[in-house]
Amino acid sequence: MIEHFQHLYEMQSKVEGFIYPNELDLQWGVLIVLYPYITGLVAGAFILASLERVFNVKVLKPTYHIALLTALAFLLVATLPLVSHLAQPFRAYEIMITPHSTSAMAIFGFVYLWYLMVVLLLEIWFEYRQDMVKWGNEKKGFMKVIYKILTVGVTDTSPKTNLWDDKIGYFITVVGIPSAFLLHGYVGFIFGSVKANPWWSTVLMPVIFLFSAMVSGIALVLFIYMVVTKLRKKKLDMDCLDAIGKYLFYILIMDFTLEALDQVHRIYVAEESFEILQLMMAGKLYITLIVIQLIIGTMIPLLTLGFFQFYKPAEKFRKFAYFALSIMVLVGIFFMRWNVVIGGQLFSKSFYGFTAFKIGLIGGEGYLMAALWFVIPFCILAVLLWLLPPWKKHDAGAEVSA
Amino acid sequence: MGHKKVSSSRRSFFKTAAALAGATVASAALLPFNGIVYAAGTGKKDKPWYGIGIDLEKCIGCGRCANACKSENDVPHEPFYFRNWVEQYTVKNDGSVKVESPNGGIDGFKQAVPDADVFKSFFVPKMCNHCSNSPCVQVCPVGATFVSPEGVVLVDNNYCIGCRYCIQACPYGCRYIHPEHQVADKCTLCYHRITKGMSPACMEVCPTQARIYGDLHDKEGPLVNFIKTHTCQVLKPDMNTSSKLFYNALSMEVR
Repeated sequence: MIEHFQHLYEMQSKVEGFIYPNELDLQWGVLIVLYPYITGLVAGAFILASLERVFNVKVLKPTYHIALLTALAFLLVATLPLVSHLAQPFRAYEIMITPHSTSAMAIFGFVYLWYLMVVLLLEIWFEYRQDMVKWGNEKKGFMKVIYKILTVGVTDTSPKTNLWDDKIGYFITVVGIPSAFLLHGYVGFIFGSVKANPWWSTVLMPVIFLFSAMVSGIALVLFIYMVVTKLRKKKLDMDCLDAIGKYLFYILIMDFTLEALDQVHRIYVAEESFEILQLMMAGKLYITLIVIQLIIGTMIPLLTLGFFQFYKPAEKFRKFAYFALSIMVLVGIFFMRWNVVIGGQLFSKSFYGFTAFKIGLIGGEGYLMAALWFVIPFCILAVLLWLLPPWKKHDAGAEVSA
Repeated sequence: MGHKKVSSSRRSFFKTAAALAGATVASAALLPFNGIVYAAGTGKKDKPWYGIGIDLEKCIGCGRCANACKSENDVPHEPFYFRNWVEQYTVKNDGSVKVESPNGGIDGFKQAVPDADVFKSFFVPKMCNHCSNSPCVQVCPVGATFVSPEGVVLVDNNYCIGCRYCIQACPYGCRYIHPEHQVADKCTLCYHRITKGMSPACMEVCPTQARIYGDLHDKEGPLVNFIKTHTCQVLKPDMNTSSKLFYNALSMEVR
């Protein structure tokens, strides 16, 4: 508590203009930046997977299972930054047992559980059941038990049953697409519905969140596919990479258009909050918004991918470009969330001044904690890829060694 | 026969239409137009419905209200936690506005702007608006923040999960996380006092009686009389929170 007071005294000297006295203590830090970021990655990865499954984009096949497992790995962690950020984390369950019907936040647990239990886990289970039965018969000892448990005793692998697996899996993906839209559109609504905050309060917020989620999810799967294939010393499927690049380009256009529309609207209507928000964008958010989110995270990827649609340079260059662009997009969307969450708290609701935000290295709200919550999903993904390797599935396509 | 059927259904259509129109006119006559609604909500008639009035023409910026509130309500003494604070507005001759609230006004104010540059200056005490349509109550995911039957917005300390959504939702900056209790904290209108017939601490100590509270149901009461005899305004009316904190002589610069 004393440390927190010292931090606030330090921040007090950095206030510009006037803020309401209670506004000095910034409420939502980097953990709440991670929350929409991670949920967005889940929704985006799932939507990329559904392109292959529902819309039959066969060229994306090499990334299909990776995308599903990525979505699961990140979804398992999605609530943890939220819960660890609560002032009373041990009361978190109250939100599930006594949800308050008028609160936009109250149904998060249910939306989350629906997506985890009904969509992702079921889909992956139906997708892998046949293989888990096979692996359970092949392996010995501990692994045999693990696969047996994972099949939940359903070991029938007759063609008829497998066909049913396929049909149900397809149906779940069809249900999963609106669910993914719901999951992330809803996260956008949590911010967009705060009428007291003009930086958040826009009806476009859920849609912007949704499209930026797709952008980040596609970039993440692109990144993971390239890294995993490299580690396995296999050859990257260039047609697949080009197709992902093409979809990333389309969704980036929509995301950019929506965000530009939001800004153009703000500038044109120039409401009461306009001056303070303009000052914030040109000042405190300049690096994270203009340089990182707009130029590095959006414009450069957009122009490069757009160029690739007309002219395809050598494979080696394209591979490097896709890898670099996926990281740039991922960083850009992280800072998009940062600009929303932190930016929305930097200006005073009196519109007369700014408060300051400083993040520490250690502590519950520090860089290390945030880095931990971001690294854990990759560890979970590594375990999932080891347990359920897409390249060892019965229907895995032939691969060429690099 | 077909012709007959059409004409009989047409007749019944006209009958039904006439009956519906008649019923609409009759019900409109029975229920007079109720366009004038109370911006502050009404609450239950058998309980008082508390609101607050602050006369800015009487406020001298002594900060005793903010100080009394901290002592009475276990509000941390650090200068970033307030249930109740005073702001000093100074409009300069060039039209710019300077706002200050050093330590919430508890230690008093000094005018930093030279007299020659001051167009006008005044004090604005701030506290929870105890809104009838309060955004903080709306967004609380567990219902820990609620409106008492008397219209006072309260927090259940044993129930709040500390998600801070209410703090984000309050347009007036009236909430904070209590550093010791780790739950959302805010003005209770001294609920422990008013339910025993005493006035809130901030009003008890105000030397100029700039602050009053009262029952909005009581049409002869002091608060309704205050609203009737003064030109009152609420903060940020565009937020449509049905605020029950009424300011007399609120200047347009105040947010």
